[in-house]
Amino acid sequence: MLRIHHLVAAIAAASLFSVPVHAQELTGTLKKIKDTGVIKVGHRDASVPFSYLDDKQRPIGYGMDICMKIVDRVRTELKMPKLKVEFVPVTSQTRIPILTGGNIDMECGSTTNSVERQKQVAFAPTYFMTGTKIIVKKSSGIKGYDDLKGKTVVFTQGTTNERAMKAYNDEKKLGINFIPAKDHAESFLAVETGRAVAFPMDDILLYGLKAGARNPDDYEVIGEFLSDDPYAIMLRRDDPAFKKLVDDTVIGIYKSGEINKLYTKWFQSKIPPKGINLNFPMSDGLKAAIKNPNDTGVGPCGRMKC
Amino acid sequence: MFSGFDFDVIQRTLPYLWQGMLFSLGLTLLAMLGGIVLGTLLALMRLSGNRAISLPAAAYVNLLRSTPLILVIFWFYFLVPIAVKQFTGNPYASGIGPFYSALIAFTLFEAAYYCEIIRAGIQSVPAGQVHAAQALGLNYPQATLLVVLPQAFRNMVPILLTQGIILFQDTSLVYVVGLTDFMGAASKVAQRDGRLVEMYLFAALVYFILCFSASYFVKRLQLRITPPR
Amino acid sequence: MDFGFLTQPAFSGGGTYFDWVLSGIKWTMLVSVCAWIIAFTIGSVLGVMRTTKLRWLYVPAAAYVELFRNIPLLVQMFIWYFVIPEIVPKALGTWMKQGMPMPEFWSAVLALGFYTASRVAEQVRSGIQSIPAGQTQAALATGLTMPQVYRHLLLPMGYRIVIPPLTSEFLTIFKNSSVALTIGVLELTAQARTISEYTFRTFEIFTLATIVYVLITMAVTVLMQFVETRVRVPGYVGTGK
Repeated sequence: MLRIHHLVAAIAAASLFSVPVHAQELTGTLKKIKDTGVIKVGHRDASVPFSYLDDKQRPIGYGMDICMKIVDRVRTELKMPKLKVEFVPVTSQTRIPILTGGNIDMECGSTTNSVERQKQVAFAPTYFMTGTKIIVKKSSGIKGYDDLKGKTVVFTQGTTNERAMKAYNDEKKLGINFIPAKDHAESFLAVETGRAVAFPMDDILLYGLKAGARNPDDYEVIGEFLSDDPYAIMLRRDDPAFKKLVDDTVIGIYKSGEINKLYTKWFQSKIPPKGINLNFPMSDGLKAAIKNPNDTGVGPCGRMKC
Repeated sequence: MFSGFDFDVIQRTLPYLWQGMLFSLGLTLLAMLGGIVLGTLLALMRLSGNRAISLPAAAYVNLLRSTPLILVIFWFYFLVPIAVKQFTGNPYASGIGPFYSALIAFTLFEAAYYCEIIRAGIQSVPAGQVHAAQALGLNYPQATLLVVLPQAFRNMVPILLTQGIILFQDTSLVYVVGLTDFMGAASKVAQRDGRLVEMYLFAALVYFILCFSASYFVKRLQLRITPPR
Repeated sequence: MDFGFLTQPAFSGGGTYFDWVLSGIKWTMLVSVCAWIIAFTIGSVLGVMRTTKLRWLYVPAAAYVELFRNIPLLVQMFIWYFVIPEIVPKALGTWMKQGMPMPEFWSAVLALGFYTASRVAEQVRSGIQSIPAGQTQAALATGLTMPQVYRHLLLPMGYRIVIPPLTSEFLTIFKNSSVALTIGVLELTAQARTISEYTFRTFEIFTLATIVYVLITMAVTVLMQFVETRVRVPGYVGTGK
C-alpha cells in the first residue's frame, strides 16, 4: 500500500485549517512545469518494450505510454493544454543524477524500484515484475550460472542485475571476468559478437533483445531468477503533490482495466520497429501488483545474502 | 571483405544522424565562442601584475589542463545541477538541460586551453605597441582592447581555429553521458541495428572529411594572413 | 566532505573502495605508458620520415598524420575494438575477441598509441625543422653523409628541442587514457564513476580522481624538467630562456 498517501492526506487535512481551498499553491515539480511550460520525460534507447527508439528514433514503449497518460493528467490539472513535452535520453548510469539534478521530471523506462535507490529518488507504483536471468548463445553450451566459471560476462553499468550477478559470483566463487557496457544494446552486442558468453539482465528485456536480434534462434534465456525486479516510473523524492498525481494516474489505469490493453499492445502483439511479438503473458507477480498497487522496493543483492 | 555488411543502414538513418551533427556543430561553435571570451579574460588575468588576480587564473588553467575531459564532463553533468540547486536554494530548480550542461563543461574546459593560446598571442605583440598606446594617452582597457588584442587575435586566428577543430572532435565524448551528438546518434543506430562496422566506419569517414577540409582551410588562411616579415 | 566511505568494504570483489581507486590508477598508468611506447616509437619514425627530401618517405608519413589526427580518439577506439575484429579473417577476429587476454586493454593501448603517434610525429618534425639549415649544410660540407647528419646532428638536437612539447603530449596521453572507459577499461575515471554509483559519494570521489590526475601531471612535469636540465646543450637550446 502507498504509505505516502496517508501522509499526503494528513498534510492536506492539516493545511485545510491554514490555507483557503481556492488558493491551492503548486509546489515542486508541478510548479516547475507550470513555470517553465515544459515537462521533461526521460527515456531509454533500448529497453524493449518499455522505452526504446523506433525506426524514426522516437521514444516509444509500454512505459512511455503510461508516462504520456501522466502528461495528459498534468495538462488537465494544470490547465495547460499546450504543455510542451521534451524527451531526454538517459542511460542506466545517468538516469538518477539527471532526475535529481532536475534535467528530467520523470523517467519512464525499466528501472527497478530498490531500497537503495529510494534514498535518492521516489517511485510510482510497480508497473512490471521481472528478475535477473542471463542470455547466452545456444552454441556456447552454457546451461546454468555455474557454467560461467572463469568465463567473460558483460553487464550494463548501473543496473541492479550487475549487482545480483556479482553477488552470485562472489558467493559461488566463480571467478567470472566482468566487462562493463553502457547500455543494454551494447551489452547484447558483446554476446552477439562473441566478446562475452553471457549477459545478466531482467528476463523481459532479454526476450526483447533476443526477438530483435538478427538470428533470434541463436540465443536462449536461461537460469533461475537471481533477483526480483519490480519496475516503476522514477520520480524525485519529497515531492508529494507530483507523486500523488502520478500514483493516481497509474492506479487509475489499473482500476479501469486499461492496463490490460496496454499490456497486450506491448507484450502480446507485434511491436515496432521490426514487428516482433514478445508473446509474454502477464505474470502472477504483475497481476498482484496491479490488484494491490504498491511502491515497495527490493534489496541490493538480488536473491543472495549481503 | 565487406560481404554481409549493410551500408543501407546509413541512408535509412541519415535524418537522425544529421540531427546529431547539428548538435555537435552547435556545441562546437558555442563552446568555441564562450571558450574564447572566457579564455581572453583568463589570459588577461594571468598577465596581470597583481598576483591576487594572476594566481587564481593560473590555478584554474592548470587544474583544467590536468584533468581529462571525460572527468570534466562527468563533473558538470552530474554536479552542476546539484550545485545550481544548492545555490538557488530551490530543491526543484529547473534543470539546465543536457545540452547546456555539456555546453558549460566544454566552455569551461576549452577556456583553459584558449587562455594559453591567447596568452602567447598577447605576449607576441611587441611591448613597444603598448608603450606607444600609452604615450598616446590610452588607458589600460583602451590599449588592451584597441591595440593589443586586435593584433594578438590576427596572429592567433589559425591556432584558435585549429583548437576549434580539436574541440569538434572532443564533442564526440558526450557519448559517455548518453547524449545524441553525431557520434551518439551513430552509436545508437549501430547498437540497435547491430551495425557497428558500418556505422563506425561511416562516422570515422565523416569526421575525417570535415576535420581534414577544415584544417586545410586553416592552413590556407594561415598563409594568407601571416603578416609579411 | 567525508572520505570515510573509501575504507568501507566494496560491494563486490572483497577489497575496499580505496582498492578500486588504486586499481583504477594502475590501469590508467598501464594504458598510458604502453600507449606512449607505441606513440613515441612510431611517432619518431614518422616525424623523421617527414623531414627527409625523399617522396616515398614523407608522403606516407604525412598521410598517416592526417588520417589519425582528423578522426576523434573515441571513434578510433571504437574502430580498434568493435570494427577490426569483424573485418579481419574470421579465425583471427574470434581470437581477438575471445582468445586474446584483455582485448579491451590492448584495443585501448593500440588506439591511444597510434593516435598519439600522429601528434608526436608533428612535434618531432617541427623540432628537426627548427634546426637552422646552415647546420646541416655545414655538416654535409665536412663530409658527413645524410644518415650521419641525422645521427650526429639532427636527431640529438631535435629531441632536445622537442622535450617540452613531448612532455605535454605525454601528459595528454594520461588524460586521453580516460577515453578507454568507453570500451570497458576500468581506469581511474571509470572507477570514480562506478564508486559514485555504488556509494552516491559523487562529489568526494570525483574530487579524489581529479587530485590524482593533478598529481600525475605535477610529477611528470617535475621529472621532465629535470631531464631537460640534464640534457641541455650549453649555450644553446633552452638556456636562452
